[in-house]
Amino acid sequence: MAAAAGPVIRGRGLGKTFHRKTGETVQALDEVSFEVAAGSLTALVGPDGGGKTTLIRLVAGLMGLDRGELTVLGVDVGADPQAVQDRIGYMPQKFGLYEDLTVQENLDLYADLHGVPAADRRRQYPQLMEMTALEPFTRRLAGQLSGGMKQKLGLACTLVRAPALLLLDEPTVGVDPLSRRELWDIIDALVRDQGLPVLLSTAYLDEAERCEHVVVLRQGKVLAQGPPAQVRALAAGRTFLTTPPAGQSAREALAGFLDDPAVIDASPDGGRIRIVRDGSPAPPSPGAAVLEPATARFEDGFMMLLQAAAQRGGGVPTPAAEPSPPPPAATASPERREPVVEVRDLVRRFGAFVAVDQISFDVRRGEIFGLLGPNGAGKTTTFRMLCGLLSASGGTLRVAGADLRRGAASARQKIGYVAQKFSLYGQLSVEENLDFFASAYGLHGERRRERIAWAMTQFELGPVAHQLGGQLAGGYTQRLAMAAALLHQPQILFLDEATSGADPLARREFWGRITDLARQGVTIIVTTHFMAEAEYCDRIAILDSGRVLAEGAPAEIRALGRTAANPEPTMEDAFIAVIEQARAGPAPRQAA
Amino acid sequence: MNAPRPQSGRLVAKLRRIRALIGKEGRQVMRDPSSFAIGVILPLMLILLFGYGMSLDVRHTPIGVLRQDPARDAREIEASFRLSPYFRTRSIGSMAEAQELMQSHAVNGVVLIPPDFSRRAAQGDASLQILVDGVDGNTARIIEAYAGAAVAQAGVRRAAEGQGAAASGGQAVVVSQLWFNSANDSRYFLVPGLIVLIITLIGAFMTSMVVAREWERGTFEALFVTPVRVDEILIGKVTPYFLLGLGGLLLCVAAARFLFHVPFRGSIPALMGASMLYLLVSVAGGLLISSGLKSQFLASQVTLVVTFMPALMLSGFIYDLRSVPAPVRLISYLVPARYYVTMLQTLFLAGDVWSVILPNAAVLAVVATVLLALARRATRKTLG
Amino acid sequence: MLASLRRILALIRKEILAVLKDPRTRNMMMIQPVLQCVLFGYAATLDLNNAPYAAFDRDRSAASSALLAKLDGSGVFHRIANLTRAADMAPLIDTRRALIVVQIDPNFQRNLSAGRDAPVQVIADGRNSNTAGSALGYVGAVVDSFNSDWRRDHGLPQPPVKVVPRAWYNANLETRWNLIPALVGTITMMSTMMLAALSVAREREEGTFDQLLVTPFTPVEIMAGKAIPAMLIGVVQATNALLVAQLWFRIPFAGSYVTLYVGLILFLLAAVGLGLFVSSIAATMQQAMLYAFVLMMPFSLLSGLTTPISSMPPLIQDFTLINPLRYAIDLVHRVYLEGAGLDRLIPDLWPMAIIAAANLTAAAWMFRNRLE
Repeated sequence: MAAAAGPVIRGRGLGKTFHRKTGETVQALDEVSFEVAAGSLTALVGPDGGGKTTLIRLVAGLMGLDRGELTVLGVDVGADPQAVQDRIGYMPQKFGLYEDLTVQENLDLYADLHGVPAADRRRQYPQLMEMTALEPFTRRLAGQLSGGMKQKLGLACTLVRAPALLLLDEPTVGVDPLSRRELWDIIDALVRDQGLPVLLSTAYLDEAERCEHVVVLRQGKVLAQGPPAQVRALAAGRTFLTTPPAGQSAREALAGFLDDPAVIDASPDGGRIRIVRDGSPAPPSPGAAVLEPATARFEDGFMMLLQAAAQRGGGVPTPAAEPSPPPPAATASPERREPVVEVRDLVRRFGAFVAVDQISFDVRRGEIFGLLGPNGAGKTTTFRMLCGLLSASGGTLRVAGADLRRGAASARQKIGYVAQKFSLYGQLSVEENLDFFASAYGLHGERRRERIAWAMTQFELGPVAHQLGGQLAGGYTQRLAMAAALLHQPQILFLDEATSGADPLARREFWGRITDLARQGVTIIVTTHFMAEAEYCDRIAILDSGRVLAEGAPAEIRALGRTAANPEPTMEDAFIAVIEQARAGPAPRQAA
Repeated sequence: MNAPRPQSGRLVAKLRRIRALIGKEGRQVMRDPSSFAIGVILPLMLILLFGYGMSLDVRHTPIGVLRQDPARDAREIEASFRLSPYFRTRSIGSMAEAQELMQSHAVNGVVLIPPDFSRRAAQGDASLQILVDGVDGNTARIIEAYAGAAVAQAGVRRAAEGQGAAASGGQAVVVSQLWFNSANDSRYFLVPGLIVLIITLIGAFMTSMVVAREWERGTFEALFVTPVRVDEILIGKVTPYFLLGLGGLLLCVAAARFLFHVPFRGSIPALMGASMLYLLVSVAGGLLISSGLKSQFLASQVTLVVTFMPALMLSGFIYDLRSVPAPVRLISYLVPARYYVTMLQTLFLAGDVWSVILPNAAVLAVVATVLLALARRATRKTLG
Repeated sequence: MLASLRRILALIRKEILAVLKDPRTRNMMMIQPVLQCVLFGYAATLDLNNAPYAAFDRDRSAASSALLAKLDGSGVFHRIANLTRAADMAPLIDTRRALIVVQIDPNFQRNLSAGRDAPVQVIADGRNSNTAGSALGYVGAVVDSFNSDWRRDHGLPQPPVKVVPRAWYNANLETRWNLIPALVGTITMMSTMMLAALSVAREREEGTFDQLLVTPFTPVEIMAGKAIPAMLIGVVQATNALLVAQLWFRIPFAGSYVTLYVGLILFLLAAVGLGLFVSSIAATMQQAMLYAFVLMMPFSLLSGLTTPISSMPPLIQDFTLINPLRYAIDLVHRVYLEGAGLDRLIPDLWPMAIIAAANLTAAAWMFRNRLE
């Protein structure tokens, strides 16, 4: 690493403003100064709309800078973007693979564009193939790869020739934990073995923890930067673990803690509750729970930073404690409640390919049920069958007492559905969207007005009521999708990767609402790639290759990952263990 | 730092990149069913439709003849209609039937030979009534003209037999010559016009769609952050569709020559030169539209309205620009297709008339240059 | 039933809002048909006006001047040159400066006076055989009129047989009267078909279609909710085009509006059914658009809009039987120009009804199966 003397990226007072068509201006970046040291791994983290993507695009020379100076590899990017683009590797959020070209053709295209000589290719290709495990698929069209494989191919395309700097914009969004781990192994190896400087953005805070340097961006401003330990230190001594009161799940107990103004963050953590408190002395906690001090994580410090920023004012309030109606007491204990979703030996074939292979499970009223699994495991197929969007090739399924595929259309009145990408009408305003879905569900007159007003306040959509659906920021889109799915007060709510790509704050807010709904007796079925979120569920099922590998309460699943070396595995450890075990073993096994 | 590479090395690298982009584009065309539909199926369909289905020549028009006079003169008149390739005649018994057939569109016209026709013809003041359905004015006019000719012919014959009174005076007689198209076949001008439509579709429509698609799918973002230059991207886009357009051209020329036997009187180099210029204009137009709009839907709609419709209506391909009102003719000067149509019709039917080709080619060359320069300016390696 | 109607109404409202809110789409839908009508009304004419011609008068007599004066006065031709040498004729035609050259022989007047036929040579540019044919027809008519005058002035008898032409419905045989009412059908078919095809394809591409399918909407309700707005917009477009025909081009309307709209609605149903069918095949908006476009080509070319159906080869004439546009154009002509009532339109109405029913059934069937 000869030229490793100075930083590879140096930004001073960067500013970038966007002008919307509606006339408003958005300050995407404001006085941002940062550096990326040679041979280091730097992460950009922060809420959606914080300016991460804008910053990476500026570094890549894809956008003009409004204010400040930015040098990349010693070159002023604004003045000579091509000189930078000749030397860096860049993977955009939605990597632009040509889906109608094969894996090999995509690689060749980028090798040709970078002018990689044939000799180098012979050396480089086997390495890349081994690293990404794409070897068996070189002749497959890129469009037919799974999400994780696409990301790996995208990465391989940027690495066909050794770049002097690697830029990755949210490389792990929508990628399952297994593929995510593999991607990180690649990135780690690049930094460690080749001394390649990497700048990446991510919504996974545990990923930020693995970086040497972290830049926290919020609303275009740098909240903090430094080694992750520095952020972690903010929460040192303020992080506690507590056990939920007997008879209550961690999720149910959370709300009680969050009502305390001194509590900045509370989340379930391995059957217990992790709490971050502000500096004020610990008062007697609800239910006189015992607070055990815990080692702070990056996420804890991050929540403190955001909380402090929000209090300084200026901007979106953090999830306000909403005036939720008092939860109706659960009518019966979960065990005695009747199943509202029953799946027996469900099979779905696409030609010769079996996407879902004889799966069975029940979901009871008021339960939160999680479907987990790697990309291509059959989660979405199962989901679509449950919602009546796809017919089953075999087996039976009953949702709220009916097969939605075959039963009367009115049976769908009982379900709500939030698709993977929040699908709403982009050309209609928020209000018109709600109005349409209310009518679609047969609400009219006074009742419709009432429910729309409820949705507006409950999801705080008032300020954007007249904005077009297509122009909403990420957080609002998700809220609107939820609101639209809940207008008709469904008994069952289906959420397909509803938090994919959402920042930690939005995820907390989301789970707060889900908890409330479950308390009111709504049954909820979710899929997610965030293993930590599985802790919010009452029960989860892990799917792979169309089969249920394990099913049970979070604690039971976690127990499956217990080994001598790892006595207290996280959900992610357990997940990977279950999958790898199943893939290694000859026959899939059905857990309790 | 990189040592400055020699000039030739840089050029080689540039050519390699261009070759890679062209190869990629070519594969995409082959694999996308809708590209195939627009690039191959549509031209073939148009060739067959224009060659076989459409004909501006009126043939087999159904007419009725109501002959109320049994005499020879009257029968001769009827026979001349019956033998004409222009008409399909049927005999009608009464005026009421004639009316009914006209109203039900079973016939487009009725020739009415009154009972006293031959008697009065001998006296020199017979009249032959023609009723035509004026809705299709063109057909109506042809029926009228033909009826006039048939009557005149009958008159001439009678004169030759020395019976008629009309023989006593000479008259002006039109002797017509149809240059370039002595067979008077409308395919002669429809097929060359077809080439214009196909080149416009492939050049402008496809190019605008594929460039907009790259913006929409985000593939440009990754492509931009490579050593690729903007001109290389543009050349990579232009070349495949340029070649595809030439393929369409050859297909049409072959069909014109061997399927429809349209004469080709010009020279192949002149045809290729003119076509390449117009292809360049089309492709550049497509590039410009799509880099401005960045949405497949809008780009295709705008391309249709801005390039295809004018090429169909305002290029002189079907409707002669010499007979349109002045304002419309002025607008037609803005339509590049008009210059190409002029060159094509001349090349096919008249030959290498350089006094026609050169000025029209010059206009196209200027338009191509301007559009390419604008497209180059409109395409930047920047987002948002 | 009531609930079902409410849902359909909500979908219709949403569809129309989505079209009208976006100014680019709105303009495309409302202004474009009017512009097309006006432009095509002027451009797409087979009638000649002021066509350029050159005269090569080698006789220079009173008779030859009278003939040329008649040509000049016809309004059809416009003299651009008086030639003196035969060699000048070819370049004028080659360069397309003149559509025809009229050459009058040196002994024109002498021949006529002597009772001999006197040839008038007309050379026409056949590159557009259609225009050339028209031009020759006009010249023939002018010469006939000249002959008639000459006979009258020289006390000669008129030809024994006089042709008395009478054109029904369009006395002056203006092409425009034929074309513009036909455009009413063509333009509305193009846009309603596209609109129907794209509205489903867009929902599919943006993922909102799934959202729609998990609501209590039945497939039939969705189809109705998609078909009706497209038809409504089609009716508005047709009205715009009709207004242009009457107010701008002053083509008299002979029939009843109720009859016309009944026919148009049936036609739009067929067009929308076709659009929905396309959308049920297409996976993306791009495909929907291209397929709709590829379909539209033969439908518009083989509809009688540009060339008469009766002069097409029999096989192709058979194909036009499944073309709804063929019937629509015929229907508009009958009602608009001929003032036909519903009883006369039955031969147009039942094929359109069958086509509409077939398309909608096929689309509904495809919808059900595409959901697999």
